[in-house]
This record gives sequence, structure tokens and C-alpha cells, in this order.
Amino acid sequence: MNPLAYIARKTGLLFSRDRFRSDLDEEMAFHREQVEKELIADGMVPASARTAAARQFGNPTHLRDESQRVVAFQWETVGQDLRFAFRQFRQNPGFALTAIFILAVGMGVSVAIFAFADAAVIQPLPYFAPNRLMDVAENGAMLQRSNLSREDYEDWKRLNHSFSSLDVYGGSGYLLRIPSGSEPVPAARVSDGFFRTLGVKPMLGRDFLPGEDRPGGAKLVMLTYGMWVKRFGSRTDMVGQAITLDGTAYTVVGVLPREFEFAPRANAEFFVPLLDKNQCEQRRSCHNLFGVGRLRDGVSSKAALDEMKAIAAQLEIQYPGSNKGQGAVVQPLSEIITGPMKPIMFTLLAASGLLLLIASVNVASLLLVRSESRRREIAVRGALGATPARISRQFITEALLLGVFGCIAGILVANGTITGLMSLIPKTMAGYLPFLSRVGIHWHEGMFSLCIALLASGLLAATPILRLSFLDVRDALSDGNRSVAGRFWRRMGANLVVVELCIAVILLVGAGLLSKSLYRLLHVDVGFDSAHLATVQMVAPPAGYAKPEQQVTLFREVSRRLSALPGVESVGITTDLPIQCNCNTDWIRIVGKPFHGEHNEVNERDVSPSYLPTLKAKLIRGRFFTEDDDASKGNKIIINEELAEKYFPGEDPIGKKIANDSLDPKSMREVIGVVGNVREGGLDDELWPTEYEALYQSPANFVAVAVRTQGDEKALLPSLVKAIHEVDPNLGTYGEITMEDQVNTTQSALIHRTAMWLVDGFAVIALVLAVIGLYGVVAYSVGQRTREIGVRMALGAQRSAVYSMVMRQAGWLTAAGVGIGVGCAVGAAMLGRKLLFGVAAWDVSTLAIVALVLAAASLAASFLPARRAASVNPVEALRTE
Amino acid sequence: MKRPELLPGTLDMLILKTLTRSPLHGYGIAQSIKRLSDDVLTVEEGSLYPALQRLLLQGWVKAEWKITETNRRARFYTLTAAGRKQLGLEVTQFEQIITAIGRVLSEA
Repeated sequence: MNPLAYIARKTGLLFSRDRFRSDLDEEMAFHREQVEKELIADGMVPASARTAAARQFGNPTHLRDESQRVVAFQWETVGQDLRFAFRQFRQNPGFALTAIFILAVGMGVSVAIFAFADAAVIQPLPYFAPNRLMDVAENGAMLQRSNLSREDYEDWKRLNHSFSSLDVYGGSGYLLRIPSGSEPVPAARVSDGFFRTLGVKPMLGRDFLPGEDRPGGAKLVMLTYGMWVKRFGSRTDMVGQAITLDGTAYTVVGVLPREFEFAPRANAEFFVPLLDKNQCEQRRSCHNLFGVGRLRDGVSSKAALDEMKAIAAQLEIQYPGSNKGQGAVVQPLSEIITGPMKPIMFTLLAASGLLLLIASVNVASLLLVRSESRRREIAVRGALGATPARISRQFITEALLLGVFGCIAGILVANGTITGLMSLIPKTMAGYLPFLSRVGIHWHEGMFSLCIALLASGLLAATPILRLSFLDVRDALSDGNRSVAGRFWRRMGANLVVVELCIAVILLVGAGLLSKSLYRLLHVDVGFDSAHLATVQMVAPPAGYAKPEQQVTLFREVSRRLSALPGVESVGITTDLPIQCNCNTDWIRIVGKPFHGEHNEVNERDVSPSYLPTLKAKLIRGRFFTEDDDASKGNKIIINEELAEKYFPGEDPIGKKIANDSLDPKSMREVIGVVGNVREGGLDDELWPTEYEALYQSPANFVAVAVRTQGDEKALLPSLVKAIHEVDPNLGTYGEITMEDQVNTTQSALIHRTAMWLVDGFAVIALVLAVIGLYGVVAYSVGQRTREIGVRMALGAQRSAVYSMVMRQAGWLTAAGVGIGVGCAVGAAMLGRKLLFGVAAWDVSTLAIVALVLAAASLAASFLPARRAASVNPVEALRTE
Repeated sequence: MKRPELLPGTLDMLILKTLTRSPLHGYGIAQSIKRLSDDVLTVEEGSLYPALQRLLLQGWVKAEWKITETNRRARFYTLTAAGRKQLGLEVTQFEQIITAIGRVLSEA
């Protein structure tokens, strides 16, 4: 037998099904006539011969079906099931639309959250063989992962055998000359092989060549695609042209491709080779770079870590001063890029999964109610010979159809949700999250939707099948005996409602805990008054402001000019504003105390005399800086409480001296004051010891200006920028923001806020679905028990007794759901505790409030059916059926 | 009266065999089997027509509409070369089984 010819014939018949039927009918009719003739020939009366022939032949429709089954494909019955399912939906469009809507919301939200999680943590980083790329850094006493110093990097690069290439990057900023003056632009400095290590090739021009990052080399620049489009109008002749950075010409060697992203320096608009060592890089003890290395084939990250640790230990012996206690960390590059996103992404994914589950359970209970009313139909089909398998297939078909429609509508919902969420992310924040550009519905999301659609369909199919497998055909056909089915439905429906309530509790508790975390986070004691404070970053170009005296004169002039603005109370200048990071640190040594070369790491801020008073920081001892604390006097510092407690326990630090580790006389400075802890790091970071040096004694080019005003600080921002440019149009300004906005948009606040809003939203939907589910169960059971209630009332039951009977049922369900839910919620909160701040997973007040809210909502939902039950007219109730 | 039923799997073989002499219509095949078996074997219409569809699909018989001697349109089935080969195969297998069964029975 030729299988191809077989299939061809079968397919041919598929398209000539009508012809097949008429042939068969004619053929069998002929056969019947022949039998009839034969019987007549045997002496039978024609009429009875016809009956006899027909009887002998059997049911012609059945016969035709028998033959047709031989030539038909299996899936043709699937088509029948589908048609039937469609007819079912059309008959009851309200049900179908409700079910699809609920599923679409559940699936849409899940798919949208998955799309974010996919782009942020699931998709591999957009580099060549990204799993071989390692983040290489040092670690010290206070910092688990700290920058590499340039000299250490050069030694590490020379000595290691683990990496086929080891490169570094560091943040930087330049004043870019633009037609209207100059603008500070964030950038990054990289070693020459940086892009080759990542496996990224420029879209235009060439990469940096080996050796082009050496001190004294030619000034080159690599543009990002974004900068090339935004600032240079996508001109293809940009390669070879010069742009002016900090007053010096840099030649453009290439433009990076559009897809290029590097999250650790996401805001960099261009890249320049390391070239000359800056002030920091001339010291081995100054750390300002991070490494990225590509592992050699066959080398594990563990082996690389061991080797780098050994090299660090060797350098520690060689340079005991600068390298004491400086170890090495090697971890996958993805760990530092996607690692921080994981807790929030997995929490949100779990929350959306719960939402999808509650939506599916809700639809399942709808199906359950419907299967109740379809008992008769199913029984008739069974009586006509449909096997349980065939009937189950009908339910599976209907469930799959709901799943598919839900999925299609869900993808539309997902698309809308993604757009909505994107628009909620502030632009400043989005700049630091390059993965956002990859968020969308791609094949990953397609597969994911398909999977959840199948899972949901499985649940939807299982419910009525389980329900009906207990069905006795005769019982169902008689349609009189309701008690068996009723009890069963009550139990199964009730179980589903308990599941729904339980999930709602988990989501509500999660929402409550996250809201409380955000509240706690935003109400952390920052140690200063953040209201009515406007801030702006200012860059003084090296040309014109290279000398310390020039810088001090500038700061005095800017302070004077800004103080004159209407409503301004005071103006302060600092190297770093508060609520940024525990960074820009210094290693200190207390003069006159035992010292063994340990690195006493503290935050260092250089501030103008009026800065701390402008913040309204609390002066605990001593005094603030004055205008007299300048280069002509001995160096002075102010320390925070944390530093005082850590390094001067039980002493008065005023008048004590602090220096660097070598007691260099130039570094010697006298403590003149102690201030309360101003939070320099993030809201959820720990407090660090901090020293405030006098800006007029150690000025800088990059500073931030803080202005306290009586009026609206937001309205002040543009005039700040204008006033600074009036001092000198060549000054660069950026990042103008009010301090309150700054606090609200810190990364930790944003992450907590995003998590809170989303989980709050999920929780509200879950609450609504769960309450609807409970209402459905109670209302249905009241409907089923109308007769029973009538009997009770006829026998003298009070209306209040009927009320309490119904409410008791609802009460039990709620208690069970809330009880189990609270247990699960605490467990879930423990798993997601990384996102909690200042609140325990078992926060009693949150749990109590959630329990109360659900109880109240549940009672409200069951009150309506209870009232209906209590208003049953016994006479009418007994007459029904 | 209960008539002896066809051995399972033999219907295809019997149909193919009746077609070796000349093309026949469905009724003719049923009659032919009945007559040749001395009324012992009766082919139910319920199984004859599905069997014919099966044979057609396999390509062992061909069907075409012709006019009978009584001037009626009827669908005649003709054995194909593949069908003849299949018949040989099935007969051989069948004989082997019968011989084997016979041997087992005569042993007792």
C-alpha cells in the first residue's frame, strides 16, 4: 500500500464529501431494492417486503455514518465540537463575554508583567556570548563591591590568565560645546578593548584600536546612536569630524549601533578612551573604574575569582598602604545588571500569576454554574450514545475556545498595559533602564501567553468534567432530584470560592505591606528639611576655572547672585547632594589614635559655609563653616554624628585632628563641628560616617547648588539656571529638580512605588473577583434552596433564622478563605521580603486590616442573597417545581 | 435464528476474492458470498459498505457507475493489481492460521 496515495485519496474525498454521500445513498438504495425484489420473488407481499428489507438494512443514517467514519479524518469531529461550542456561546453571549473579559484581564496583566520581566531579567544581555562576560571589581571593608583603581587594573590585566580580555569603564561628564554655549553631557571613559570585550561593533567608523587609551594619546570619541541622531542629525560624515569637549577637540572615530546598551553607564552619550590619568588615577588608593572581562574558554568564574583574589593578595603585600584589605570580586556581568531587578520582577510576576489564577477560578465557577444547567443536555447526549470521552472533549473544546479568545483579548490588554506602564515610568528613570526599549510582545511573550492559555483552559475543562463525571444519567434526565447535585456543587463551588478569597488575601496583604514599606521609606528621617529646597548641578569648564582661586570666586559670585533672587533665603554649594549614594569616599586616620593601616572609609562632601544651614541640618556641637574658612587658614572639617560615635566614642571631637593614612601635613584637618546625620546614601541604605570639608579649601569643577526659598521651589528652578548663566554663559547646568521630587524619585522610592501601585491594582481586581465569586456561590445556593427555605418558613422559621442561615454559610467560607489566606500571605511576604522596608512580613495591623476589609466585603456580598432568601414567600416557594 | 458470524478480518479477503472473476456491485458481492458459502456466510450491509470504502481508500479496488442487465445504474467494484497482490497475501496468511488452528484442534 502506498501511504501517499492513501492520503491523497482520503484528502480527495474530504473535498467531495457531498458526492461521496450521494453515491453511497444511491448505492445502498439500489441494494435495498434488490433485497426487496428478492423477498417478493420469495413470495412476500410488496409492502411487508419493503419493511423487511428496511429492517434488515438498519438505520440508514447510522450506516452512512459508519462508512463515512472510514474515510473521514479524526479532526473532522473536532470541527463539530467547535461548531457546537460556538453555538453554545452564541446562545449565552453574556456568559461568554464575561468569561472572556475576566480571562483577558488576568492573562493581559500577566503577559504585560512577563514582558517586563523578560526584557529585564530573562533575555540574555545583548552582547556576544554574554554568559562569558564577568564583572570584575575590588572589595573593601565597607563595600562588598567597589571600584578598581587604575593602577590595580593595569596590574590585574597584566597578571591574569583567566580572561581573554579585561577592560574597564568609568563614569564621566564633559561640557560639550553647542552653538548656544556649552552643555554638560554624561559620558563614560573606557579602556581601548571595551567594545571588543563586549562583542559590539560600531555601526559607523571604527572601534578604538589597541593602545589608543594610553596617556598622551590622541583625543578620540565614540558616539552612541542616540547622541548621533539627537545632536548630529544622523550625519554619516560625522566620522573623522571633531567635537569640542571641555574646550578640547575630540575626533569622532565611530558611532555605536542603535541596539547598543550598557546598563551600568546607561546615561552615557558617548565614550572616550581612558588616556591621561586624572588626579584620582594617579593614586593607587583612588578607585574610580569597574572591570568587565571575558573568560577564556574552559575557565570557570570560580577559577577566575580565585586567580584575581590571589593577584589582589599579591598586590596587598607589594603595596601595603593603598591595598590593605582590598580583595577582588568576579561575578557574571548579568548579576550586576539584572540582579537588582530580580526581586521586584519576580514579586510582580508572582502577583500577576495569582491574579490570573483568581481570574481563571472565577471563570471556572461560572462554568460550574452553567454545567449545572446543562445537566439535561449532557444526559441526552449520553443517552444517545455519546461516550464520556466524547462529552469530555466537548467541554475541553469549549474551555480551549475560551482560553484562546481570552488569550487573544489578553494580548490586546497586555499591549495596552505595557504602553500604560511605560508612560508611568519617569523619563529620568527610564534613562537608567535600557532594557525598557526591549519590552514588547515578542515570541517569548507569545509562548508565555500560549502556556497560560493552555493552563487556564485545563482548569476550565477540568471543573465541569469532574463535576459531571459524578452524574447519573437517569437522575439527570428526571431533573427532579436536586439535592445530590446541589450538595456537590455547593462543595465544589465553595472550594473554588475559598481559593479565590485566599488569593485575594495574599494580594491584599502584599499590597498593604508594600504600601506601608513605601510610606516608611518616604518618611525615613533624612536629617534635613527637604521642603522648599531647589537644586541644580553646575559644571565649571576647566578653561577659566582651572585654579582653586577661580573656582572659589565663582562659588561666591553664584551664591551672591542666587541669594538676590526673590524669595530665596539661603544658597549652599556642595560636591554631592544628599539622598544620592554612599560614594565619593575618603580613607581617614584619627591623629593620636592607634592605626594599623586599616581603611576607615567615610563619605566626603565639600560644602560651602551656608550649605549645611541651608539644608537645616542640626548642629550638635561646635560651629558651621564661615566665609573665613578658606585656603588662607588651616583645614577645617565638620563630621556627622555617625562619624563622631564611631571614631570618637565618649569623647568631644571638637578640636581633634583627622588626616589621611600617611599623616601628610597637607591632609591634616581640625574638627570644628558635629552635625546630625544628613542621609547621604539612598533612603534604604545604611547611614555612613560622613565628613564635610570646606569647599573654599578644596574646591571642585562639578558641584551642586541647593537653594532654600520661602515660596514655590519648583517655580524657582528656571530662574536658578538663568541666574547661573548670567554669572557666566559657559557654565554648564543640568539636573534641576526640587529636593522633594528628588526624594520621591530616588531609585528605591521608584522601585517601591512601582511595586506598590501594581500590586495594589492587582489586589483591587482580586478583591472584586473574589467578592463576585462569593456572591455567586451564595446566591446560587439560595436559589437552589428556595424550596427548603419555604418549607422551613412554613414550619415556623423566623426570617431572622433564614438570614443567619445564609450568612452563616458565607461566614464559614470567608473565615476559611481569610484564615488560609493569612497563612499563605505571611509565607509569600517572607519570600518577597527583599522588597519590604521597615515592616515585617507578619505585620499584625496589615493582616488585621485585610481580614476586616475582606470580611466586610464578603458580608456585603452575601447580604443581598440573604435578603432574597428571607423574603421568600413560603406558598410560592412550595409551588415551584 | 442466529447465523454464524464472519471470522473477524476475513471480510476484506472475501470481497477481494469475489471480485477476482468479474466486477460486481455491492449487492452482487453480498449475494455472491452468500451463494458460494451455501448460505452459511451472510454479509451485513452495515459492514459491507464501510469495508468497501476501506478497500477503495487502500487502492485495492476501483469503483465506477455502470448500467446493470436490468437497466439500472449501479456502482461496480473492480479488483486492481494491488488488490490482487493483497488478496494473495491475505489468503496465504489465512491458510497458515487455519492450518495452525487445525493442528491444535486435532491434537486433542
